[in-house]
Amino acid sequence: MPEDFLPIAVLIILATGLSFTILLLGQIFGPRRPNPRKGSPYESGMRPYGKGQRRVPIHYYLIAVLFILFDVEIIFILPWAVVLRDLGIFGLIEMGLFVAILLIGFVYAWKKGALEWD
Amino acid sequence: MTVLQIIFLGISVIIVIGALMTVSSPNLVHAALWLILALAGVAAIFVLLEASFLAVVQVAVYIDAISILIVIAVMLTRRAMGETERQINRSWLLAAFAAFMVFSGILSLFSQVPQLANTPSDLVESSEFYIQELGKALVNVDQSIIPFEVASVLLLAAMIGAIFIARPPERAGGDS
Amino acid sequence: MDPALLVEWLVKSGVIIFLILTGFAYLTLFERRVLARIQVRIGPNRAGPLGLLQPLADGIKLLFKEEVIPDKADKVIFILAPVLTVIPAFVLLAVIPLGPEISILGRSYSLSLAGDVNVGVLYLLAVASISVYGIVLAGWSSNNKYALLGGLRSAAQMISYELVLGLAFIGPILLANSMSLKDIIQAQSRVWFIVLQPIGFLLFLVASIAEVNRAPFDMPEAEQELTAGYHVEYSGMKFALFFMAEYGKMIVVSFITASLFLGGYLGPFVDKLPLLGPIYLLVKVTLILFFMIWVRATWPRIRYDRLMALGWKVLLPIGLLNIIITAILVILVGGY
Repeated sequence: MPEDFLPIAVLIILATGLSFTILLLGQIFGPRRPNPRKGSPYESGMRPYGKGQRRVPIHYYLIAVLFILFDVEIIFILPWAVVLRDLGIFGLIEMGLFVAILLIGFVYAWKKGALEWD
Repeated sequence: MTVLQIIFLGISVIIVIGALMTVSSPNLVHAALWLILALAGVAAIFVLLEASFLAVVQVAVYIDAISILIVIAVMLTRRAMGETERQINRSWLLAAFAAFMVFSGILSLFSQVPQLANTPSDLVESSEFYIQELGKALVNVDQSIIPFEVASVLLLAAMIGAIFIARPPERAGGDS
Repeated sequence: MDPALLVEWLVKSGVIIFLILTGFAYLTLFERRVLARIQVRIGPNRAGPLGLLQPLADGIKLLFKEEVIPDKADKVIFILAPVLTVIPAFVLLAVIPLGPEISILGRSYSLSLAGDVNVGVLYLLAVASISVYGIVLAGWSSNNKYALLGGLRSAAQMISYELVLGLAFIGPILLANSMSLKDIIQAQSRVWFIVLQPIGFLLFLVASIAEVNRAPFDMPEAEQELTAGYHVEYSGMKFALFFMAEYGKMIVVSFITASLFLGGYLGPFVDKLPLLGPIYLLVKVTLILFFMIWVRATWPRIRYDRLMALGWKVLLPIGLLNIIITAILVILVGGY
């Protein structure tokens, strides 16, 4: 329903405007005295070594994949949860099947050590 | 033109700009961000079509989950380190032509479906009703129970595939 | 479009933004005073009576600070990241009813910007995780390896605990048969959902503390290992925006907890005196905020691997189990 989301659009515009205004205020009032030391990466006062941007460990990718799967699962569960009282025991069994299949994958991920951090 | 049409046009322009910048931005992380802008525009279009559930799902699945995956995947590559390269190679014209052909094919296909000629308000009566119908249809034997359960198998396959590809290296050749 | 309606939206949006801004300012003071009391100190009490002007002094100080942008940073994203982090904190509050309908001069107003949105809960879930981008991009664009690691860690933490949050949302939906916050609050008129969903409430509380990166899950502020995490290179007003996002989200999460499990604006005599509603809600929110500060003062930080193990191996299975139990009970008992 567009009417329901229009006020949210108003709020988003106001909030964005406010955030940029705050940034602008900082630009106006703050001093500006750059020097090479200030512009170098902060590493607790030590001289920076190596590259600032390195390749991301593959583990974060796995977590993101698992996140997509369970996110989709939750989104499937939500409309089901709204009408469960009408669906009765049959609806419960079907959703149980859906979740059980996904749980196989979850157990596989667990067994393969995708959830370990070391 | 009504106000809704003007808003629709504005959003469409944003989507097209986002999509164009996605394929032409030299920095991969910037390209991913432009993609997110295009996806957000699609969510706004869903709102205009009175499909609020789909709009929020678009944000929750595409903008949150899938785009986070894309951003992290881009950061996995060597090229994310600010070393920029042109994304366009010699055959871009050919690719653009192929994309145009696929698009017009889909468009002509859709324009032959009579239901799609209706206005959105005819398709969806009210959003509340719509979510409940969706919930019921998902587990209804006559409607979409098979696709629903197959979706879980698909998700399972995706999960196992991802784990297989990205297995933690110390276990790759070991006991498993 | 009706111009009166537009004015109403603008006023309500203004109120929401004002609420978050003042809430943020005084939450920092509240936190410092409470922490100080717990640690047998006094806390800031010099600026104004009882230190009430301290947030203002902090703000003015930050305003006159130099904003350093690292030389090799990706400038556009570096500036965009704090904005992306702070906007969800403002926008989330739109779907939460702050009170029952009140009537002024013969017209009735609902005390929420868009509380009728029937996908309210999903909206909260969807918008909350947009701030993950701000954190990842802040870490990436700073061109600092500690910032990058801190950003990735908090992003992985936030998406993991968002799943737990999503699972905890489902309990109240099952009981209320609706995704709209308004209906969920109305369904609690007889008994609060904290009674019917104790496990769900605990899950939600833990996951929400992790979601807003608070102690004991405050990986971004792991000073010892990561210097300061994703915002190590930020200064001045850009740092203030990150700070505002953290405290704004703390407030919003408390509003959500109060609405889902503690009956929202409901309380004695609300049906007769509707203006009591917002007061009840604010009292509940303040209690939850106090609890979060208390937790920070009491618990040491959890190691990162244990944090992820807690999310995936303990809370996620418990969340699924909680849904199954609730669903079976809902079907067996029918109404409650």
